[in-house]
Amino acid sequence: MARPMSAVDAAGLGRGRAVGFVLPALVLIGVFLVFPALWTIYLGLTDYRLTGLAAANPQVVGLDNYTDALRDPRFLGSLWLTVGYVGGSAVLGQAVLGFALAWVLRTRTGRLRRLVEGVVLLSWILPSTVVGFLWFALLDRDDGTLNALLNTPGFAWLLDHPLLSIIVFNVWRGTAFSMMLYSAALENVPPSHLETARLAGASVFQQLRDVVLPLIRRHVLTNLLLISLWTFNDFTPFVLTGGGPEGRSEILPIYVYNVALRGGELGAGAAVSFLILLINLAFALVYLRLLRDRRRREAALTGGPPA
Amino acid sequence: MISLHGLTKVFPGGVRALDGIDLTIGDGEFFALLGPSGCGKTTLLRTIAGLETAGSGTISINQRDVTCLPPGRRNVAMVFQDYALFPHMDVTENIAYPLRIRKVPRAERLAKAADVARRLSLSELLRRRPAQLSGGQQQRVALARAIACHPTAFLFDEPLSNLDARLRLEARTFLKRLQRELAVTTVFVTHDQAEALALADRIAVMSRGRMIQVGTPAEVFQRPATTFVASFIGSTPMNLLPARAAGGSLYAAGAVLPAPAGLTDGDDLVYGVRPEYMDLSPTERPDAFPGTVSVLENLGTSTLVTLEEGGTFVQAVVDEGDEPRLGDHAWAVPRRALVYRDGELLAP
Repeated sequence: MARPMSAVDAAGLGRGRAVGFVLPALVLIGVFLVFPALWTIYLGLTDYRLTGLAAANPQVVGLDNYTDALRDPRFLGSLWLTVGYVGGSAVLGQAVLGFALAWVLRTRTGRLRRLVEGVVLLSWILPSTVVGFLWFALLDRDDGTLNALLNTPGFAWLLDHPLLSIIVFNVWRGTAFSMMLYSAALENVPPSHLETARLAGASVFQQLRDVVLPLIRRHVLTNLLLISLWTFNDFTPFVLTGGGPEGRSEILPIYVYNVALRGGELGAGAAVSFLILLINLAFALVYLRLLRDRRRREAALTGGPPA
Repeated sequence: MISLHGLTKVFPGGVRALDGIDLTIGDGEFFALLGPSGCGKTTLLRTIAGLETAGSGTISINQRDVTCLPPGRRNVAMVFQDYALFPHMDVTENIAYPLRIRKVPRAERLAKAADVARRLSLSELLRRRPAQLSGGQQQRVALARAIACHPTAFLFDEPLSNLDARLRLEARTFLKRLQRELAVTTVFVTHDQAEALALADRIAVMSRGRMIQVGTPAEVFQRPATTFVASFIGSTPMNLLPARAAGGSLYAAGAVLPAPAGLTDGDDLVYGVRPEYMDLSPTERPDAFPGTVSVLENLGTSTLVTLEEGGTFVQAVVDEGDEPRLGDHAWAVPRRALVYRDGELLAP
């Protein structure tokens, strides 16, 4: 019992065997995550191409790929489209609609609740490509279900409103996650807090502002981070529009695909991938900062002397 | 004044939480709703608050029919069992919250909050958050929030049950003094009969959505209307012994007792005596319950003695120093007794 290791080595494995247990996972992470990431950074500094001379003998071109990308109106346009796509489908769509559904269903029990939850979940558990083709069938110009329902034959939703189409599609597909997360969060709001606000005469808006949102703030932040990152990196809209027409729905993951694989410019594609990684990192850092500030303030508050 | 007429509430699934409640609570009265869990007392309180809607019947507060008004327009304040303080607001903001909702100007509501806080000795804590307060302080903040908006009635849901035993006694005295000073009609819910007896001007004992007995603590304690109330009220449970009337006398647990008037032979009776109203005699008497001392429970200034005789238990409270020894044979002589027929109290 007096072994000096026992304080930190709870399992009593010893260093050598502990490393043995961790090693397989580290090797897998190294081969499939760290190496490709580093390889992408390297590729981004070269003029590597899918075919031709540069495929056989790539040259290091320094930061040219990055400066080219940042000067390329197609890249900047794609970045703005992505911001619109994330803002419209993740933040405004999934988060707001998911919260609204969770709030309305919170006091419901029985058949209605199970029905809504079932339908919303179904859209979440279907594979994205399947959902993509379902929506393609829904929005199709000639034989689409939506045109049949609205009696607007020949209306080309995907051509006339490509960004709106993929935003609605992604809201439909991803709302379940936010709804479930907010349902769980709302269970943590004590009913007596809401009832106190109701007795004071608070409207629903005031109840949400003064009681609910302060209590579920951390859930909101976690939800926004996750769905923003997922949506930012989402490739599924490719199934609907392929980025078109004329790049009007070419969000960044589709842009990378079009540049690297269709255009064959692997080096340029790798550089843009790395830029996407940096943007994701920035998202995560801002979120962690927000959470940490909150935690520090709470610690400072509860650290006071209880009387 | 709060008046309830024919109040009924049936929950989905058929549970009758309230079953035709008629009740009038006077101005400034401190009124207790007492009963075991599931008796409907909390539902009744929440229905008065407007948090539950009544199935039928009417509620009026100060002659104003509020049956269909939402909680925010009934001008009542409720203190919940868990106090429901908002964790992200400090004490001042919590107390001033109802005033903020009523759009009272900021300076005015801060002054009002500080004023109420001073009355409840919370002045030193105004900048604290609820997590930094003790249970007793949190309770006072919840009370302050209820007082600050000058309601026509206070509704308390188990106001003392989250405090530890010692603090609960202090808070009880404090609450009673505060209610006297404010003279605001107050309804509170409790499952603790001692709390109801100590605090209330009047008590309603409830069971299965009905009011079994309404009366002052003295009435409810001295003359429980049914055997249910008799067994529920009192810190030591009342002895309820099956009895039989014959030839002008009552026979119960080995004792022959004088029968009240109006009994017919063969009635199904229960003879009730509180342990506090029993004397212990070391010598045999015909009008006493015989038994062997099987348990002695020290209550501090007195001792609860359990006599056993042929599977029947009779309890008596004796003063300190007068305790029999375990295994002694003794006779318990009732001083003051009640007789129940079919569960209902017989008039003496």
